[in-house]
Amino acid sequence: MRWQWRRVTLHVVLALAAVLSLFPFYWTLVMATNTTADIYRFPPKFTLGSQLDDNIRAVLDNVAFFQSMGNTVIVAVSTTLLVLFFDSLAAFTFAKFRFPGRNALFVILLATMLLPAQLGAIPQFQTMAAFGWVGSLKALIIPAAANAFGIFWLRQYFSSSIHDELVEAATLDGCGFLGVYRHVALPSARPALAFLGIFTFVASWNDYFWPLVVLTNPDHLTLQVALSSLNRSHGVDYSMVMTGALMAMVPLIVVFIVFARQFIKGATEGAVRG
Amino acid sequence: MTLTATSPAKASRPLKPRRRRSVWSYWRFYLALSPFYLLFLIFGLYPMASTILLGFQKWDGFTPRTFVGLQNFAFLLEDSTFWLALKNTVVLFFMSTVPTLAIALVLAVMLNSAVRFSSVYRIAYFIPNITSLVAAAIFFAAVFSTNFGLINSGLRALGIAAQDWLGEPWGIKIAISTMIVWQWAGYNTIIYLAGLQAIPREQYEAAKVDGAGAVRTFFSITLPQLRPVVLFTVVTSTIGGLQTFTEPQVMVGNTGGVGQSGLTIVMYFYQQAFLNNDYGYAAAIALSIFMLVLLFTAINWKLVGGRGKQ
Repeated sequence: MRWQWRRVTLHVVLALAAVLSLFPFYWTLVMATNTTADIYRFPPKFTLGSQLDDNIRAVLDNVAFFQSMGNTVIVAVSTTLLVLFFDSLAAFTFAKFRFPGRNALFVILLATMLLPAQLGAIPQFQTMAAFGWVGSLKALIIPAAANAFGIFWLRQYFSSSIHDELVEAATLDGCGFLGVYRHVALPSARPALAFLGIFTFVASWNDYFWPLVVLTNPDHLTLQVALSSLNRSHGVDYSMVMTGALMAMVPLIVVFIVFARQFIKGATEGAVRG
Repeated sequence: MTLTATSPAKASRPLKPRRRRSVWSYWRFYLALSPFYLLFLIFGLYPMASTILLGFQKWDGFTPRTFVGLQNFAFLLEDSTFWLALKNTVVLFFMSTVPTLAIALVLAVMLNSAVRFSSVYRIAYFIPNITSLVAAAIFFAAVFSTNFGLINSGLRALGIAAQDWLGEPWGIKIAISTMIVWQWAGYNTIIYLAGLQAIPREQYEAAKVDGAGAVRTFFSITLPQLRPVVLFTVVTSTIGGLQTFTEPQVMVGNTGGVGQSGLTIVMYFYQQAFLNNDYGYAAAIALSIFMLVLLFTAINWKLVGGRGKQ
């Protein structure tokens, strides 16, 4: 009997936490499907309404939504592909080969992870100005094309999951460096690459500080910056702004739910090993 | 071409006399590593070094730079806004990190004993973490809104007077930290859960044989075993927390709201650099953020990492 009650309490607490976790999404949906007046009366309306079409139209009238989303997709997809390629190549090299300076280079890599990103924002902006990249998506993609976290994380995976014999066998079969990378390393690291890919995509999609600094043309923004400026200029029209927030969140949540299991597994493995 | 695969780390490794090879024969490996290091040189190391130099200069981005010695840092020490931003950042860090990690630990321990629906819970807890900061900040600003926000409606239903959350210094801090807790408690739960699942079962069985109760077991086995994972979460929360920017910037604007009570140190950096074009001073602020992160990380390491770690 006592045992039963403990089970029930356990699930009540866990379920309550899940409801609190997910409630903002429901409430966003409620706000996006009603008029501002409907939500802001007392007691507020708790059910879905029928105003979604109007609210979406209002968002599209006030901000270049699809253009911003297009920019975000371009940045997130190209950053992710570049990171996957450059990081896996470097990680594989660190994990499976010996060469002079290997350890020193790896220590430098680890040290770079401690540096706060904003620290170099001013000179980085000047560099972008010198390259003529201010206001351009290149300023977001190129600096993010390879990162220490991904190399470190994939290296752990390559070290433990690919046997040296396999690399040697492939070499004896006449595979060059790139051949071993393509035929041995990449196929065996698929789960790790999936995690890094989703992680990079999400981080890039949600990035705010640097795009805010470097995208100086108000007609050429990423989704997050566009959303923030919509909020600043039309803050009182809550249902419209929340509709914008909803439209910016949905694609990412869909991506996440599709890959959720792999992603959570990857996220925890990194923390427990590291 | 020849490849040098690392030999398996066995004790009986055959000692092959290796011919000395020229460094250039390894070019493929250096080429494979070069993208990261090149990008780091251009977009990491150079800006960093340049920021240090800039901290000792005065510059508005147009006129030539002038060397001013320690003037920026001297001004920093007397700048009450800087100290306010620093205080806000540290207060927000504690107000958000302590509940986040406490909730996460409790949920993880519970999740570790409940087998049913475990993966559904995990996905539900993780979703806030992948949600856009801007969208979430807009949502929380709406919920804490003074006139018609959900929180005030709830208070009104309970017969409590509405609070001016975003128009009052403590209200702003509560709204911001609530959002951070919402976004990070689930993430840390998942991390703790993985740590809990890595603790060997035998240790618990041994404790049971010795007659230890649930509370005793938690403090003498679970917590000590979880220490490296706790260190990981504390360090990542510190690095993230000291750089809080988006939440207050979207919720209360660039100024930090009433009495600048939502102004964090990274927001102050952003203000001075990109709104005031006072680049030298902003660089000094950036350097102070870096020192702060190092200091807090070192303190964490001492407190949580402590003795007993190899």
